[in-house]
Amino acid sequence: MSENRKSLVNLNSGLSRRSALKGLGAAAGLIAAPGFVRYGQAQSSEPIKIGFQCHRTGIGAAYGRWYDRVTAAAAKRINDAGGINGRPLEIVIEDDGTDPKRGAEVVEKFANQHKVDLVYGTLFSHVVVGSAPAAGELKIPYYVVSEGYHVASGKLNRYCVQPGITDVKSQARSMAPWIADNLGKKVTLVYPDYAFGHDHRDFFTPAIEAQGGQVVAKVPIPPTETSFTRYFPQIPRDTDVIYHVMVGPAVLTFVKEMGEFFGSGGPQLFGFIDSLEAVDIASPGLEFLEGSHFWEGMPRYAQPDQPDYVTAYRETVGIDDNGASVNDGKDISTAAHMFGCWETLNVIKAAMEACDYKGPDDRAAMIEATEAMTGMDAGPDHPQGKKLFNGKIHQVFGEQSISQVKDGKLEVVHRTSIEDGAYEPEADYTAMSF
Amino acid sequence: MTRLTPSAKTIALHVGVVLLLLALNFLLPEYHRGVFARVLVLAVFAMGYNLAFGYTGLLSLGHAMFFAAGLYGAGLTIYHLEWSVWPAFGTGLAAGAALALVVGFLALRTTGVAFMIVTLMFAQVFYLMTLYFTTYTRGEEGLVLPQASRVLEFPGGALDLSDPSTRYLVALSLFTLVLGAILFLVRAPYGRSLIAIRENEERMRMLGYDVFANKLMSMVLSGIFCAASGAAYAVLFGYVGSGFAAIQYSILPLLWVLVGGAATTLGPLIGTLFMFYVIDTASSYTTAHLLVVGLVLIGVILFFPKGITGTVRERWLPWLP
Repeated sequence: MSENRKSLVNLNSGLSRRSALKGLGAAAGLIAAPGFVRYGQAQSSEPIKIGFQCHRTGIGAAYGRWYDRVTAAAAKRINDAGGINGRPLEIVIEDDGTDPKRGAEVVEKFANQHKVDLVYGTLFSHVVVGSAPAAGELKIPYYVVSEGYHVASGKLNRYCVQPGITDVKSQARSMAPWIADNLGKKVTLVYPDYAFGHDHRDFFTPAIEAQGGQVVAKVPIPPTETSFTRYFPQIPRDTDVIYHVMVGPAVLTFVKEMGEFFGSGGPQLFGFIDSLEAVDIASPGLEFLEGSHFWEGMPRYAQPDQPDYVTAYRETVGIDDNGASVNDGKDISTAAHMFGCWETLNVIKAAMEACDYKGPDDRAAMIEATEAMTGMDAGPDHPQGKKLFNGKIHQVFGEQSISQVKDGKLEVVHRTSIEDGAYEPEADYTAMSF
Repeated sequence: MTRLTPSAKTIALHVGVVLLLLALNFLLPEYHRGVFARVLVLAVFAMGYNLAFGYTGLLSLGHAMFFAAGLYGAGLTIYHLEWSVWPAFGTGLAAGAALALVVGFLALRTTGVAFMIVTLMFAQVFYLMTLYFTTYTRGEEGLVLPQASRVLEFPGGALDLSDPSTRYLVALSLFTLVLGAILFLVRAPYGRSLIAIRENEERMRMLGYDVFANKLMSMVLSGIFCAASGAAYAVLFGYVGSGFAAIQYSILPLLWVLVGGAATTLGPLIGTLFMFYVIDTASSYTTAHLLVVGLVLIGVILFFPKGITGTVRERWLPWLP
C-alpha cells in the first residue's frame, strides 16, 4: 500500500494555492447552492406538492422510468380537471437509487427541504421499509406503490399507506384456487432465497393447502446464483405445477435453462410477471414460456374486451397494444404494477378532498380520511378494477389477472375476485397514535 | 504571545471542529441538520476503516461486515428480544469486536491483494448469512425498529433518539468519542508503531515488534469503531437491512477515506461529508449523477492526490495529525 501512496504523490506537482482555492470555492458553491435555494423557494409555494420517491437509478430503474411516466400522466389528468381542492398538483422527484439508506434521506429531503405535503411512489420493499421510520418521525404521509406485505403487516407506522396496489400476500393467496382447479394440486415452489421469495413461499403454501393441494417441494435459489440447471433435479417427478418467482437479471437464464431441462413435456408453469416486467415476452430464449401462465396486476397487452376507461388509461400513459411505449416499441412497460401510481394519486386526491386538506397541519386528517375509505369502483380513477380498502392495515385489496402466453403475447384467461385474496388483518394502525 | 506547539494546535483544531459541529446543530436548516447527523455516524465508520487502512496499511475490502455486525447486533436484539438501547448497542460492539478478532486472526496471515480478497470473501459470507437467515433478519427488505424502542435511558431521564436534535447530539457525542480515541491512539506509541508497520513491516519485525499482534489489535479496534457506527445507525435511524452488509458498504468507507485523506484524523469526516453532498447535489440535476461523482473523484485524485486533508497537511499544515 505504501508504494501505491508514493506513486500518487508524484501526480501532485502542479497544484497551486490559487487553483486549490478555486476548486474548493467551486465545490462549496456546488454543494451549497441548489439545496439552500430550493429551501428558500419552498416557503411560498401554492400548489399541493407531492414528493415522488423514484427509482431512477439502481436495480429498480426500469420500474422507476414507467412509474415516472404514469405519475406525470396522472398528475396532468388531475390538474386538467381542476387540481385538488382547486389547487394544482406539483410532483417533485428525487432519485432514491433503489437504496434504503438513500430512500430515508430522500424522505427527509422532501419533508424538510422541498416542504412537500406528502411522499409517494416507492416500489421496492427494502426502500419502503428503510424510508418508513423517517416518514413516521417526520409525520409525513407516505403513500407507497410497492405490493409488499410490509404496510399490511402493521410493522411500519400510521403514516404509511398502500391504497393503490394489492400486496404480495393477497396476490399469492388469490392465485391458489385457480391453480388448484386448472393446473394441478401438486406444486413445487422455485423462489429466490430472500425476503421476496420467502413471502411467496409463506403466503402461497397455506393458500394451496386450503384448496386441497400441497407444496411437494420448495427450491430456494441463492441470490448470487447465475446458473440454475443443478436445482431442477430437486423438482419431484410428480409435480403438476412449478410456481416460479425469480427476479433480476438472471431470470432470462433461469427460464432458458428450465426449458432446456424439461423440453416440451415438463410440468405446468405458473409465474409472477414481476420476473419479466419491462422484458419483451418475445425475447430469444423465452419461447419455452409459450402456453404457461402468469399473474398480472393489470394486463400488459390490450385485451379485446377491455372497458373504455382502460383504453383511455393506456393511451394517456403512452403504451400501445403490446404494452410498449408508443414512442419505442422496444421500451416495454411495467404494466402489471405501474397502474398503482395512477390509482394512488387518485386516492390521494379523494382523501385530500374528503378532509378539505389545506396544508401540512391536515396531514393526520388526511390519513384518517384515507383510513375511512372502503370500496372503490372500477373506472377512470381505478382502471385496474374495483378495490376494497382496509383502513386498519392501510392496505387495498383488488382483483387480479391470470394470463396465458399465446403466440408470444399474454392473454387474460381468468380474473380473480377480491374475496380470493382476502385475509384477516394482523394489525390495526388506527389504534396507533399519530 | 507565544506560538502554539503542534500538539496544542492539534488539540485546538479538534476541539474547534467539535464545537463548530455542536453549533451547527442550532444553525443548520432542518434538512442539513439531518444530513449532518447521518454523516457524523457514517464518519465514525470511515474513521474505523481509516485506522486499519490509513494508519496500519491494511487495505480491507470487507469492512461492511463490521458495520453490519454492529447494525444487526443492536437491531436484532431490540427487534426480537426487546432489549433497551444500551445493552443492544453493547451487543453491537461485542459482535463487531468478536468478528474482527476472528476475521483478523485468519485474514492477517495474508497481505496485499490476498488480504483484500480474503476480507472481501468474509464480508460476502456475512452478507449472504444475513439473507440466509431471512426468517430473523428479513434479508434485503430489512426490519424497522419501533420508534418506542429507540429511547436512550439513563438514571434520571431518557432521550428519544428519533428527535432530530437529540439524534444529532448523540451522533456528535459518538463522533467526538471516536475522534478523541483515534487522535489519542495515533499520537500514542501504539499508533506510531502501526504507522511504522505500514511503512516498513520487515524493519519493525527486525526491531522486535510483534507485527501480527499489533495488526490484529488494529483490526479489532477498527472493527469496534465500525460496529459502533452500525449500532448507532440502527438505533438512531431505526432501520436494519442486509444492504448495509453488501460490497458497496465495503467500498464506500475506502472512498470516503481516500477522498478525505488517509491517515488523517479529520479526513474521514471531510470525505464522508463531501461525497454525501456531491451525490445529493448531482442527483437533483441528473440521473447520470454517478458520472458526476466519477468526474469529481478524478478531480480530487488530480488535485488532492493524498485526499483533501492529506494534501492540506502536505502543502500547508504539516502538523495535522
